Amino acid sequence: MSYLSIEHLTKNFGGLSAVSNVSISVNEGELVGLIGPNGAGKTTLFNVLTGVYKPTQGKVILNKDGKSIELSKLPPYKITHQGVARTFQNIRLFKDLTVLDNVKIAMNQQAKYGLFGALTRLGKFYASEADIEVRAHEFLKKVNLDDLAYDLAKNLPYGKQRQLEIARAMATGAKLLFLDEPAAGMNPQETHALTEFIAKIRKEMDLTIVLIEHDMSLVMNICERIFVLDYGKLIASGSAEEVKNNRKVIEAYLGEEE
Amino acid sequence: MQQFLQQTINGLSIGGVYALIALGYTMVYGIIKLINFAHGDIFMFGAYVGMVAVMNFNMPIYLAFIIAMAVTALFGVIIERVAYKPLRKSTRTAALITAIGVSFLIQNGVLMIMGANIYAFPQVIPNQFFTIFGLRLNMLQLVIFATSIALMIILQFIVSKTKLGRAMRSVAVDKDAAALMGVNVDNVITITFAIGSALAAAAGIMVGLYYIKVFPFMGFTPGLKAFVAAVFGGIGIIPGAMIGGFAIGLIETYVAGYGSTLYKDAVVFVILILILLVKPSGLLGKNVKEKV
Amino acid sequence: MKNLFSKKNLIWLGLLIVFFFLFQFLIDVRIITPYYRTVLYGIGIFIILGVSLNIIIGITGQLSLGHAGFMSIGAYSAAIVMQNMPDMTGLLLGMVVGAVVSILVSFVVAIPTLRLKGDYLAIATLGVGEIIRIVILNLEITNGASGISNIKNLISWPLLFVFVVGAVVLSANFKNSAIGRACISIKEDEIASEAMGIHTTKYKVIAFIFGAVLASVAGSLYATTYYVVKPETFGIATSINILIIVVFGGMGSLTGSAISAIFIGIVNMLLQSYAEVRLITYALVLIVVMIFRPQGLLGSKEFGLDKVLGFRPPSFKKSRKENSK
Repeated sequence: MSYLSIEHLTKNFGGLSAVSNVSISVNEGELVGLIGPNGAGKTTLFNVLTGVYKPTQGKVILNKDGKSIELSKLPPYKITHQGVARTFQNIRLFKDLTVLDNVKIAMNQQAKYGLFGALTRLGKFYASEADIEVRAHEFLKKVNLDDLAYDLAKNLPYGKQRQLEIARAMATGAKLLFLDEPAAGMNPQETHALTEFIAKIRKEMDLTIVLIEHDMSLVMNICERIFVLDYGKLIASGSAEEVKNNRKVIEAYLGEEE
Repeated sequence: MQQFLQQTINGLSIGGVYALIALGYTMVYGIIKLINFAHGDIFMFGAYVGMVAVMNFNMPIYLAFIIAMAVTALFGVIIERVAYKPLRKSTRTAALITAIGVSFLIQNGVLMIMGANIYAFPQVIPNQFFTIFGLRLNMLQLVIFATSIALMIILQFIVSKTKLGRAMRSVAVDKDAAALMGVNVDNVITITFAIGSALAAAAGIMVGLYYIKVFPFMGFTPGLKAFVAAVFGGIGIIPGAMIGGFAIGLIETYVAGYGSTLYKDAVVFVILILILLVKPSGLLGKNVKEKV
Repeated sequence: MKNLFSKKNLIWLGLLIVFFFLFQFLIDVRIITPYYRTVLYGIGIFIILGVSLNIIIGITGQLSLGHAGFMSIGAYSAAIVMQNMPDMTGLLLGMVVGAVVSILVSFVVAIPTLRLKGDYLAIATLGVGEIIRIVILNLEITNGASGISNIKNLISWPLLFVFVVGAVVLSANFKNSAIGRACISIKEDEIASEAMGIHTTKYKVIAFIFGAVLASVAGSLYATTYYVVKPETFGIATSINILIIVVFGGMGSLTGSAISAIFIGIVNMLLQSYAEVRLITYALVLIVVMIFRPQGLLGSKEFGLDKVLGFRPPSFKKSRKENSK
């Protein structure tokens, strides 16, 4: 049984089928790529996987700890509680908050007090807050962003913002990450740094990662398997070599630089 | 049955007025995505101008209509240029709060200038009753209804058959694309405000004639009800505002006639909340989701 | 390491004690006359109202325009209970009743309306405020349009002080906690917030109810300060007045709301004879602030003791240096 099982997923908007009968399975610990021309339905697929949209047909199932959880029935925040997190195509950091606060919010579930504790400061409040503070800093150190902890997210350079978004997703405790075009807008050096970063966190934190990308150097370098979407349908899957030489894939991208 | 038809006539009459005010809300929202909180007060302003024209300048009512519509249109344009234009790039919350400020300003401004007393709008249209098919019709109601319909027809003509109307529709769909196509977006927005305000002024005079009372806070309740009407029909959609106006007018009249006059205002708010929960895009509207 | 008895908290406590006794003294020797005393009480009540609305609007980003509705629930509850029990027990009981009713009403209102966004939410809450007012206008127990008068005047500086400080402290504690952080993230980016595991509806409702209860308490204090409660006192104009306080002080800044309430309260007092000019001025202030300085006086920052005590987070200096390259 695979870790993440996307079964015959279809998402229609009115008459338009943005995602059409897509079936993908991802194994635990894999680093998988999702590519395709613009408008192929990749982000829509991510949105269905993370609960932003409900599928028109089909299911998304997470198999972990021996249990099968149907993600497609859950609202986004509950999906996150199951250990699934994402980043966004257009960065959605909490811009006016500090880097540290961005991470703390992702760790909100770990607060060991409720409204009463917050208002009265009794019980576990101070201990819990201190704990979250320490862990948030440790987290930032692990991803090399700790020296920017008190900067506002909006003031970070673009590359660091993208990194922070990934770090924030990780801070939720997720074991399955969906990264939506993490290298968008980056120059080759930044992309290279990001590639190393993704490989590092995958290994150190034992993550399963699915990423959407247009930058082929990133995808071909790092993805163990690649899935190709075109007009909402899955047209090819396999290793980087297989996909690169697949006729259907070449046709879909005809005219596009690799 | 006769009671029902009677109420229907009453409802259509006030419905026409709500429709005129609702059109102003819907056109402005369609074009700059702002709920012009101050629109009800523009309606009130129009009523005062009309009243002053008749009372102090002894104008015949049709001339007062025209003057009031023109002056109020100008007033609306000034408000747009001074208070709303600077906020075109701001958050919608900021724009809404500014609109609230403008509303507050107009109300208290008129209060200061004209005083708190309730004026009586000169009853220059005879309140004659005549009977057709056993129904009592009021000359005033007829004039109001006819005028509302006439104005709506003119508006519909402008929007669908003229170059200006095309420009208005294009700006409502995509402001930037329209600008790229050579449409002077600023002017279109200004004209939209002008038309909306003029219609509100017409409604103001009609309410003055029908309900007689003219006072600084008279715009609040009709304004809110017309807003509900606009949302009901689909905010941003012109035919929606017309349908919504008549619908709210009828519902309100039926509730007052068959239910209780006390709660007739509350019912309209309840309708608003229901619409927003069930189908916020309104009767004729489409659901547009935010892009993630 | 932060804790209940940190240096900062103790300094605040000290300042509050000094402030309390200073004003008590000024009242006792009549430098603060009964007239100014009432102004002081009014300011206190609006500090509570401003801070409570700020939690909803400034911290959680939900534009609520019906706040006066919850104030009226507290005011009328206190007034009604005190008709039969015109003493402190009655007042406190009335407050509790008001708070409970407010929790119920705000919960019922919140669940459906908080699904709406921006403008629609604002209008819906406005409608709710109006519905509450119309219901109060038509019930027998609230005595309709005439309202309830001859409410026993039990307000005093100590009582007011306790409640104002309590409200501000509770609000600050709300803001500086995981719950506050969740709410702020909702205001910043609701979609991202939910993607990070925050149950956005739950937190919006919590913030809404919290604000409503504080407003209700303020309403109860209002009833016992001004002897009379009438439906028209708690209409849109009052909701807008509270909104002006929040916007002027800075949406998201609790101390900003407090400072704003004090400032506006004093201006109100000075311009008392010029009622309409005053209102026109506030309307203009609202418009001008939104056009030229939408973040208000303090933005979302708090006027706190941190700067005074020289508190700097450890990495602060280092990152400052790096960024100035």
